Amino acid sequence: MKFRRKEYTVSAEPDMTPMIDMTFQLIAFFMVLLNFGEGEIDSRIKLPSSQLAKPPEAPIEAPLVLQLTSDDNVIFSGEAIPISALDRPLRNERRFLELSGRKPSDATVILRADVDAKTGVVQEVIQKCQTNGFEKFALRAKQEDR
Amino acid sequence: MKLRRTSSSIPDKVEMQMTPMIDIVFQLLTFFLFSFKIAAQEGDFNIRMPLAGPGSPNVEQQLPIKVRLTADANGNLAGIQLADRKVPSFAALHEQVMSIVGKDAGPNAEAGNAEAELDCDYNLKYQNVIEAVTAVSGYMTPSGHIVKLIQKIKFAPPKKPA
Repeated sequence: MKFRRKEYTVSAEPDMTPMIDMTFQLIAFFMVLLNFGEGEIDSRIKLPSSQLAKPPEAPIEAPLVLQLTSDDNVIFSGEAIPISALDRPLRNERRFLELSGRKPSDATVILRADVDAKTGVVQEVIQKCQTNGFEKFALRAKQEDR
Repeated sequence: MKLRRTSSSIPDKVEMQMTPMIDIVFQLLTFFLFSFKIAAQEGDFNIRMPLAGPGSPNVEQQLPIKVRLTADANGNLAGIQLADRKVPSFAALHEQVMSIVGKDAGPNAEAGNAEAELDCDYNLKYQNVIEAVTAVSGYMTPSGHIVKLIQKIKFAPPKKPA
């Protein structure tokens, strides 16, 4: 007796649907967590910690971030400059604010100073901002683990 | 003419090409995975310090609570003084500030009108300033609620080392 060979057409491809589901979920998760505001957070600064440091409830109006390193330099828009050279960028910021119809006193200077920065240097930075018309300051600290 | 349908030319199932999509999806996944950074939440202490002009009125309703922080040669904290009285620690400073302004917080509370002035040595490490600001500006209840005390904080002019 002769058997006829039966042709199997079942495909051996794995089912991709659960994997793609999971992968898209992971992508969505990391996408939501991606913080574009981190551009102004510099890893050279180790912030002091405080249990009262709570993230602001409303976005800060016209923020100006100054980061003070432990070796007395200010990181302003990504580059480290000595405090003596801070007047020029501050004047530029002031002019920019005035051109956009706001006063420097409306802006908030966010001061991210290093744990080991000297207090006197922090005060000098504040004084330089004051002479350029800035009035509102926010001393930034990181939230303490409880 | 009769066309004969061949079984091999038209398959039953049209398979979608998954490979390019999965390539891109994995690339996206690795991008977001590597750009993910665990950072602690950050918060602010707001202080308002306008430049004291020569003609500005210097009439204050209430004298500020003066906190003096001294440093040793390395910038570490050497001593805390609250209105010329020595205070052993920031916790004790907090207790004393609470006894001055009262525990109750509200729009009419004394704490809302009180002002603190920090007078720090030039080379004092900044962490101590934040700790002092924390001690005078409020406290956290065990339930995690923040009670605000003194919100008006200013700095005494810096003491430049000779």
